Amino acid sequence: MTDTFYTLGDPIADTKAPKGPIEERWSKRKFEAKLVNPANKRKKTVIVVGTGLAGGSAGATLAELGYKVIQFCFQDSPRRAHSIAAQGGINAAKNYRNDGDSVFRLFYDTVKGGDFRARESNVYRLAEISTQIIDQCVAQGVPFAREYGGLLDNRSFGGAQVSRTFYARGQTGQQLLLGAYQALMRQVDAGNVELHPRHEMLELVMVDGRARGVVVRNLVNGEIKTYTGDAVVLATGGYGNVFYLSTNAMGSNATAIWRAHKRGALFANPCFTQIHPTCIPVSGDHQSKLTLMSESLRNDGRVWVPVKAGDDRHPNDIPEAERDYYLERIYPAFGNLVPRDIASRAAKKVCDEGRGVGPGGRGVYLDFADAIKRMGIDAVKAKYGNLFDMYERITGENPYEVPMRIYPAVHYTMGGLWVDYDLQSTIPGLFVIGEANFSDHGANRLGASALMQGLADGYFVLPNTIGDYLATNNKLGEVPAEAVAEAESRVQAQIDKLLSIDGDRTVDSFHRELGHIMWEYCGMERTEEGLRKALQLIPALREEFWRRVKVPGSADDLNQSLEKAGRVADFLELAELMCIDALHRTESCGGHFRAESQDADGEAKRDDANFSYVAAWEWTGLGEPPVLHKEALEFEYVKPSQRSYK
Amino acid sequence: MKITLRVWRQKGPEDEGRMVEYRLDDVSPDMSFLEMLDVLNEKLILEGEDPIAFDHDCREGICGMCSLVINGTPHGPEKATTTCQLHMRKFKDGDVITVEPWRAKAFPVIKDLVVDRSAFDKIIEAGGYISAPTGSAPDAHSVPVPKPAADAAFEAAECIGCGACVAACPNGSAMLFTAAKVTHLGLLPQGQPERYDRVVKMVEAHDEAGFGGCTVTGECTAACPKGIPLDTITRLNRDYLAATAGRRKKTR
Amino acid sequence: MAVTGAVLVLYLVAHMLGNLKVFFGPEEINEYAAWLRTIGSPVLHHEWFLWIMRVVLLASLILHITMAAQLTARARRARPARYRHRAKVQGSYAARTMRWGGVIIALFVIYHVLDLTTGTVHPEYEHGDVYGNLAADFAPERWYVTLFYVLAVVAVGFHLRHGLVSAVQSLGLSSPQRARALHLAASAFVVVLVAGYLSVPFAVTVGLVD
Ligand SMILES: Cc1cc2nc3c(=O)[nH]c(=O)nc-3n(C[C@H](O)[C@H](O)[C@H](O)COP(=O)(O)OP(=O)(O)OC[C@H]3O[C@@H](n4cnc5c(N)ncnc54)[C@H](O)[C@@H]3O)c2cc1C
Ligand code: HEM
Ligand code: SF4
Ligand code: FES
Repeated sequence: MTDTFYTLGDPIADTKAPKGPIEERWSKRKFEAKLVNPANKRKKTVIVVGTGLAGGSAGATLAELGYKVIQFCFQDSPRRAHSIAAQGGINAAKNYRNDGDSVFRLFYDTVKGGDFRARESNVYRLAEISTQIIDQCVAQGVPFAREYGGLLDNRSFGGAQVSRTFYARGQTGQQLLLGAYQALMRQVDAGNVELHPRHEMLELVMVDGRARGVVVRNLVNGEIKTYTGDAVVLATGGYGNVFYLSTNAMGSNATAIWRAHKRGALFANPCFTQIHPTCIPVSGDHQSKLTLMSESLRNDGRVWVPVKAGDDRHPNDIPEAERDYYLERIYPAFGNLVPRDIASRAAKKVCDEGRGVGPGGRGVYLDFADAIKRMGIDAVKAKYGNLFDMYERITGENPYEVPMRIYPAVHYTMGGLWVDYDLQSTIPGLFVIGEANFSDHGANRLGASALMQGLADGYFVLPNTIGDYLATNNKLGEVPAEAVAEAESRVQAQIDKLLSIDGDRTVDSFHRELGHIMWEYCGMERTEEGLRKALQLIPALREEFWRRVKVPGSADDLNQSLEKAGRVADFLELAELMCIDALHRTESCGGHFRAESQDADGEAKRDDANFSYVAAWEWTGLGEPPVLHKEALEFEYVKPSQRSYK
Repeated sequence: MKITLRVWRQKGPEDEGRMVEYRLDDVSPDMSFLEMLDVLNEKLILEGEDPIAFDHDCREGICGMCSLVINGTPHGPEKATTTCQLHMRKFKDGDVITVEPWRAKAFPVIKDLVVDRSAFDKIIEAGGYISAPTGSAPDAHSVPVPKPAADAAFEAAECIGCGACVAACPNGSAMLFTAAKVTHLGLLPQGQPERYDRVVKMVEAHDEAGFGGCTVTGECTAACPKGIPLDTITRLNRDYLAATAGRRKKTR
Repeated sequence: MAVTGAVLVLYLVAHMLGNLKVFFGPEEINEYAAWLRTIGSPVLHHEWFLWIMRVVLLASLILHITMAAQLTARARRARPARYRHRAKVQGSYAARTMRWGGVIIALFVIYHVLDLTTGTVHPEYEHGDVYGNLAADFAPERWYVTLFYVLAVVAVGFHLRHGLVSAVQSLGLSSPQRARALHLAASAFVVVLVAGYLSVPFAVTVGLVD
């Protein structure tokens, strides 16, 4: 390696997954795990950061088991975690449709969909637990869609060949989260969970290399306080907001995992991000976030752009012959239903050719004129009415008359803190669940699988595996005051610094600029040249941030600018690692497309010989080259093959 | 578009607040209402002033965090739409718009337009759940739920906990919020064992939190971004009367 | 509120029906008024029934008003800071006028009792001659009295329109399927009641009763 942007460290391995037949591994692990004596559970405190599907379900379940739980979220109520926004549904291998689904098939689809960059043991366990999740949620009163016979309805989602997706209209995430939230509140009432909303975790407290607590800032009065316990669980969601514009909530951030990373937790596959093809395009510089339109629209809508670049006629005035239905043209077999990453990249390509439509030329048409002709306007209304209404509310255009405009947007981050089979990071006592860990989705997540993973982690995996850690580390002792003081002073120093700069640029302006860089060079299509450029731009922007940022107000009250500043400061560091990861992985796989690695047809080309591993990065200091630890991936059950959608 | 905003500014919970006027000359009709506030805040920060604090997160109309009273109406003039989904094209060039926080004793102002809605969590905590510890569930298909009941339960479960109902209610009552959860859980077979106990505990928590009494004025439903129907309250009353009249045994 | 309100509604219906007797001439209504005072006799003493009714009525009214006052006080407490910008009513107009409407009705009832029961404010009150008292009260030149009655009865209509629906909901008796029917029934009931009441002063004004 002639490059110095990273160094190679020792390989890393997951030591917790048992060997043997894959379908027995989880049972075996549960049996081998040490148990905490019921009388001792009350004396064990677990700190859970985050109240989304992962954190909410974990907090409730740990409290039910008898542990004392202290839990945090930055919103004003645990019910508002970003899981609430998930629309489509949740997968489970129930095979209620008798269409040939099984645990093994869900496992197979997930490994393949992840483009062979996920761990088989974990994915199998996920598929195995999926059925229990549905049982649990139904018992809690989650109002899933039902058929006239009173049984649960299923649909096929994201191009899956079987109908295994359970849903609650377009609000599945909301309903699942409310189920977990209510279970959590029941434990709050029982006195087993101490809940702290409007608190943001800013630092991890470590003693003898173990995670023992967190430093949080009370967002209402600015108080900095440390909470300690026997183990810490991070369930803080994804980091898609590093791109500024994404489908994530405004507050979604990387702060918790990034600060844990800087304390020693390895960060895995940071460059694996998922871009969703059907989002409402940007309407101007004021844009603050992007809204997802359900993927189901591609079932009946036809995607096209004008044949001629710069054709600014009204879409209804462009004759058939001058339209390019490019997905149908390039992928005759799958047409408009090609997978997310392929549809996204194709849209980018036609826009790069100057054929994009709408403000800034960043959009393609999704046209329902044929569907309306074929099915009748009422049928279209019945199927997509609420989506059309939402589109009209946001854009002011009537999609029944004018084709919709769509464009891809950042949606999900497959990367995250590295965890073993027990969901424990490389810091003992620090567990990471949900979107925050590098998860089971490899290089690409299948639709309706994130909800499944968050709930599997929180309800069923972590409550079993954390017991093993707590039982083996029975005599942790008090947290020394110096450890607390040291962590708190680091937090205080950063806050003081941010407030003292008093420069001439707002936090948002930096965030927006960072987003542009990331979208341009580390977005849908990545090149060596672009990534190298980004690796120059990002540190320069970071340096400017710490010189010119203006954070008004004080540290001792509600200060939303200060909150944002801390998050953007972390994004400015994480972005660099993402680019390094993307640069080092010279293959294309899943959501990571390197222009240099494609076949003659322009399809992603994996390089299994050199990259069949998880890239787990170690922090070495700001601006220092990180250390790469490789976890080799083995495929015993699903043999890697190349995807093709032609 | 030129827009004049009259915004409630209040430094902290104990401070007196007042309306402050701001002028924006360059508002795009494509902006959302909150994006307009973002633009104003950017300007205020660069002018060395304190930006306006307001709650928001998903900006998709689902998390229930955004909470502005716009021209006297919670979530503004557009029906069934949260503040974050309201766009400036609904206003006219030259409009003067007042922006205030939710006003209720149980929702004290924290700063500017941000209020504390933890009273809602207290109501849920008191009984807004089905006790089903993890791992105890039977197969999902062991209890069929008639589609109409499932659909009605879903409609009630759509509540995003935003608090617009309270903000709109002339009595400052949170009965619609409470009733939405009572209805969601009370319609499902799984929710039956705790049904009567639940309603009593939730109404007690509601009253304790300092919300006003319900006189079914219907202002709540009109303001509710999710259109939670008023008859959820009838259902709550029915269950409450049945429970307190002792016709059903308490389950606990 | 629903229970005391129901007592008052029953009274309103009976009272309205009684008033309609005016159309059958002076004898019939005057006899009716006299009969009212003998109900229950000889078991009850003369006018006892009437007094019992008055007590129940007054108790209901006082309870009704007390509870309304308590709800109002609670509403004030629940919203200590008012909105600067008052929006127009989004729900129903009837619902938003319950409080002021109630106060106006209460004032009317006081005036009304002094007018037609005790005769205190009546120009030519004659005990026992209900027919004559009515005719004199609503004489065309006393149009302002008639107007006041009309306004009061309309206010009662609004009050009842919302009160009825609300009572049914408070008692948990409505359902989504029946909601429309309930609203229609309440409106129909109120229209009949208001028409019944208004027919009397109207009849006097146009000279049908004289
Ligand atoms: C628009 C949209 C639609 C989606 N649709 C689907 C779908 O149909 N199916 C599917 O399977 N997946 C879907 N996903 C993905 C899925 O919703 C998420 O991956 C998943 O919900 C993440 O859950 P989580 O619990 O890990 O994190 P989150 O729900 O994001 O929760 C994070 C929690 O951490 C807290 N937190 C974060 N940082 C801090 C901090 N520093 N201090 C304190 N607290 C903190 C937050 O307050 C919050 O409580 C969708 C995602 C989006 C954005
Ligand atoms: C135009 C409409 C009305 C007319 C013509 C009318 C007429 C009368 C008359 C003639 C009496 C005296 C009866 C008697 O002495 O036996 C009376 C009593 C009374 N009316 Fe009315 N009334 C009208 C509307 C109302 C309304 C709307 C209310 C209530 C809100 C009301 C409440 C009463 C009460 C409380 C009494 C006293 C009963 C008692 O104590 O005996 N009236 N009314
Ligand atoms: S009932 Fe409607 S207005 Fe009230 S909290 Fe729920 S969604 Fe908001
Ligand atoms: S910001 Fe989430 S509902 Fe408006």
